[in-house]
Amino acid sequence: MDKEVTTQHKTDTELIERFYQNEEQILNGDPDYIAKMRRDAIESFEKAGIPRHPMESWRNTDLDPALDLDYKHELKRDQRKINIHDIFQCQVHNFETYLVSQLNGYYAFTDSPIRKLENGVIIGSLREAFHQYPDIVKKHLNQYAKTDSNGLIPLNMAFAQDGLFIYVPENVHVELPIQMVNLTKSVEKLMMFPRNLVVMEESSKMTLVHCDDSIEQKESFTNAVSEIFMAQNSEMDYYKLQNKDDKAVMVNSTYFHQEDNSKLSTNTISLNGGILRNDIDVTLNGQNCHADILGLYLMDRKQHVDNQVYVDHAQPNSYSNELFKGIIDDEAKAVFNGHIMVRKDSQQTNAFQSNQNIQLTEQARVIAKPFLEIYADDVKCSHGATVGQIDSEAMFYLRSRGICQHNARMLMMYAFAAQVVNYIQIDALKERIDNMVAKRLKGELSICDQCVLHCKDDREITFDVDMSNI
Amino acid sequence: MLKIKDLVVTVEGKTILNGLNLEVKPGEVHAIMGPNGSGKSTLANIISGKEGYEVVSGTITYQDKDLMEMDVEERAREGIFMGFQYPVEIPGVSMNNFMRTAIDEIRKYKGQEPFTAAQFLKFMKDKKELVGLHDSLTGRSVNEGFSGGEKKKNEIFQMAMLEPKLSILDETDSGLDIDALKIVANGVNKLKSEDNATVVITHYQRLLDYIIPDYVHVLYDGKIVKSGDKNLAYELEEKGYEWLNK
Repeated sequence: MDKEVTTQHKTDTELIERFYQNEEQILNGDPDYIAKMRRDAIESFEKAGIPRHPMESWRNTDLDPALDLDYKHELKRDQRKINIHDIFQCQVHNFETYLVSQLNGYYAFTDSPIRKLENGVIIGSLREAFHQYPDIVKKHLNQYAKTDSNGLIPLNMAFAQDGLFIYVPENVHVELPIQMVNLTKSVEKLMMFPRNLVVMEESSKMTLVHCDDSIEQKESFTNAVSEIFMAQNSEMDYYKLQNKDDKAVMVNSTYFHQEDNSKLSTNTISLNGGILRNDIDVTLNGQNCHADILGLYLMDRKQHVDNQVYVDHAQPNSYSNELFKGIIDDEAKAVFNGHIMVRKDSQQTNAFQSNQNIQLTEQARVIAKPFLEIYADDVKCSHGATVGQIDSEAMFYLRSRGICQHNARMLMMYAFAAQVVNYIQIDALKERIDNMVAKRLKGELSICDQCVLHCKDDREITFDVDMSNI
Repeated sequence: MLKIKDLVVTVEGKTILNGLNLEVKPGEVHAIMGPNGSGKSTLANIISGKEGYEVVSGTITYQDKDLMEMDVEERAREGIFMGFQYPVEIPGVSMNNFMRTAIDEIRKYKGQEPFTAAQFLKFMKDKKELVGLHDSLTGRSVNEGFSGGEKKKNEIFQMAMLEPKLSILDETDSGLDIDALKIVANGVNKLKSEDNATVVITHYQRLLDYIIPDYVHVLYDGKIVKSGDKNLAYELEEKGYEWLNK
């Protein structure tokens, strides 16, 4: 710990100190190439620090109050074997998934931390992949995440504990959706740095459902980074479902990198959480790419959601469609920044962006900033943001059929949300999410509804790992 | 059933209805005709409870209760149905869900047991057949992407589902071709009984070839200036509304 620390902020200094003080434990047998990435990353963080105002994209989300707490940092994995099927015994028909989970930032497993399936698909712990699949990891890890965009990205690389690693070989269509459930459970206030890497080779196809859940009300800070590489002709449906407790602060930075003719559909559904910040970064690095980038947020109480979407049309002839909708109640706050970049040679680009909000109370706040940056001259682009109330004509129509104001309002909000939900390709999943949204709007969804698969299930979750005893 | 006495209604300070009187009894079909701007839609809106209208004087009683004291949904639950001239599209709200919610609430209000899912589906199927509604329409969002004719048929279907005592059909014939008009009229005729009443508001006599009214009233400058039987409609068609000024 003789490194000179130049960052001014106390939190930043502490984080840097924490790295150097625990370097051995953090590296914990990492191969040299990862150790180097971590050391480089902490140096980048020293320069950048935690992102704060006046950085434009951080004007409306202040992490400092949340970071000011004394967090415990799990430097080692829970050595006990955790059977995720004890946690999630899915009994819902019509929607079978390959279920994996993370507990407090570590990939949970019973016998093998990483598996290679018959069709060549590799799925498991990223930390394990560092050793077993170094060629794939070296080629893709930290290649799409933008280390220079804000300090949280290198901070994640420096501390990255573990996470999900998926590799889909050429021409393989993964039939079952892969579902990853990230759970937070601890008696301590936890700070976590999960890192996920998904590599899809040419003409492969996959659905990934990524759920962020809490099991109890407890302060936590999660700084997650995911990188998703999509080779030519690959297709990915990616769903992010967030149902965190009100004390949870979560920053999710997800980077999609698309090559020629690839097709992405991503849907970020935020149902609960103290502070949820989602940075969704899509690089269309090929021609004829298609990206549907959708989001839905339903916030109330003092919840805060901030979606930052950056779409980079780096090549000509691609299509992107961004639609984010939100309903903001009580004193909740929603921020949306959408930035479409069309590079100089990216002719024939079609890029659309829309952000629509229903603000239910005077105290609720919505800050929307749609933004286009276009350097090509033969493109079709549009953007727009609206903040409004519930359509009174439609309300009257519903009431004139005997439906009370409360239920009419519920139907209307549900309808507003449905436009996003309807994009979901898998019927069974659509039905589950639809159900969750309806429940959320009625104020009946709590963090006890652990995941989308259980929305009709009243069983209690009997899962208890006391991290303090390890 | 419905008694309107000396009703004066203003919208943003402008007098629209100016001393209107009307009485509707169970089993009757009334037609209200009149030129544009005579107050026809205002009359429909005020009965259904739409905001933005001020009753300056006069009374409206429905089944011996003061209608103006009732909320929009309460009027519907008490058996008033409004067939809209321009039914709104509500993307995302399915017809099934909409009708299920409405019927559940009305049954609860009346102290009736809720329908089971199977009962509801059977009930809906019967009503669809009764009014000749295409099966797929109920699977869609309320009026979304419906043609003009489908929207009006959908109004009649909702009327069949809700089994109202008093139906006000506001310009239900506007924008309909003759086939759609027949289907709509046929639905209304099938739903007619000794216990319910219908008020048909229309600009043209055409609809009245299919829905035979017991009474025809002419609304002009905010009041009913002439009442008669169905022959009055023909007379109006022939001579035009200007004839009333003479």
